[in-house]
Amino acid sequence: MGLFIVLNWGMLMGATMRKIVARVAHRRGIPFYQPWLDLVKLYANRSSISHGVMFYLGPVFRLGGGVGIFLFLPLIYGSAYFSNFSWAGDLVLILYFQFFGMLGMALGAGEGGHPNSVIGITRGLSQFTTVELPLTLAVISIALQYNTLSIHEIVAAQQGGFQNWTLVTNPLATAAAMFSLLGLFRHAPFNLVKAPNEVPIGPPTEYHSAFLGVLRTNGAILHVVEAALFMNLFFGGATNWAEFILKTFLIYFWSVLVGVVFPRYRIEQAVTWFLKIPLAIGVLAVIIFI
Amino acid sequence: MAKNMAEDQNINQNQESQEDKFLADENKKRLVTGPDGVQFEVDPMQDYFCDKRPETDAPKNKIVEKFLNWARAESLWVLGFGTGCGSIEIPPLFSPRFDAFRYGVQMRPTPRQSSVIVISGYLSVKTLKRAIRTYEQMQSPKYVLALGSCTINGGMYYDSYNTINRVDYYMPVDIYVAGCMPRPEALLAGFNKLKERIKQGRAEGANEYAEQFDWYKANQKKIIKNWNMPDYNW
Repeated sequence: MGLFIVLNWGMLMGATMRKIVARVAHRRGIPFYQPWLDLVKLYANRSSISHGVMFYLGPVFRLGGGVGIFLFLPLIYGSAYFSNFSWAGDLVLILYFQFFGMLGMALGAGEGGHPNSVIGITRGLSQFTTVELPLTLAVISIALQYNTLSIHEIVAAQQGGFQNWTLVTNPLATAAAMFSLLGLFRHAPFNLVKAPNEVPIGPPTEYHSAFLGVLRTNGAILHVVEAALFMNLFFGGATNWAEFILKTFLIYFWSVLVGVVFPRYRIEQAVTWFLKIPLAIGVLAVIIFI
Repeated sequence: MAKNMAEDQNINQNQESQEDKFLADENKKRLVTGPDGVQFEVDPMQDYFCDKRPETDAPKNKIVEKFLNWARAESLWVLGFGTGCGSIEIPPLFSPRFDAFRYGVQMRPTPRQSSVIVISGYLSVKTLKRAIRTYEQMQSPKYVLALGSCTINGGMYYDSYNTINRVDYYMPVDIYVAGCMPRPEALLAGFNKLKERIKQGRAEGANEYAEQFDWYKANQKKIIKNWNMPDYNW
């Protein structure tokens, strides 16, 4: 049930963001139901070919990463049902799951054998490694601040008005994490990994039909659960679905907003960018609490 | 009798060497030593490519297929592959002025993911080879939209020594857009006609290609003299 809501909200959110980008470019853009149609079409393709076992497993691992984050992430604070399987150390587990999907995808796309996917993987993994640094530092910082690794307890500590949010109580960690979010969502300044509309499409070059359908499904889930992770850690969590939808939308919108304003970085620019200001802020956020 | 056989073998060998003549070096048979020191023979044309014939996937349930066809029609992924002067008419489609995204038309950079290939103008023999490879790498159901007079009857290149005159001798065309060159509006209209055709269930080009495979291959090989790839490119 939770997964169903998350999936459909992810698709709708993705379509809305594409519409926003289109409006910025003075276009009408796709109809809001386009992602569902694409998904139906991909799953309904009559033929598909494989390049080997790992080629099959790549999208499965990726989906495993997305659903894994979903499983251990409390979506709605105070709801036993929508807290999923969150437990004491879920924050570390979720950080792990973020990398898990990337690595599975790297192996699968590597077996596809297309040079463009290899380039995409190289770019993706090197960018993701630097993105993780400020994010992990921010997570360490708030773990020190709240003295816990349980997302549920972190959310509980932020209840009672926005003056208790991590955004206010620990602005440095929030800033570092929000910078790394730009890289996580891979919108415009940092979208060289997939480089849409260019000749190389990155890791999924060889993926098609149902394989790509699985990847797209995961993309929708992943966007929502990562936004939900940031919502839980820095913006006080959500006590009902309306709040959840508003907050995840605004968090996603932050990356799109930056994306429509700034042009695309080259990969070495992106990597060095993350290693400068966001990393410095992250280190500062940790030092304060030591 | 023995002499005849020897001659036959000679002829066979000659034919083989004729075919091998066009093979790139990396596609020739060779001995490879593995990391563990074991030597084995690699025949790239057999090992790296799949030479299985295409199969027809007939539509099954009428109602389900109607729904799927609707989804396919509303989500046309066009391959970014320009063949002639018409390729310059495709990028404006995605600019604010024409905005093909409204109609569910999107560009894909890889043949694996795209469902429509636009033959955008004249096809030289050299490009035809690439177009065929690309078409065969696409996943069914797939559609061909031929743009411009050159694809219909050769257009102004009708007597050229190295362009082909009719595209549908070589791959099944779903929609022709006439003109020299058609403007982007005409191309958009062509996409909408293609959508109508898909929704009616008449755009079964991939199946037609599989059924008439021998005929298409014979036509292609008649034109492409240096055929150095497997008969079917996955």
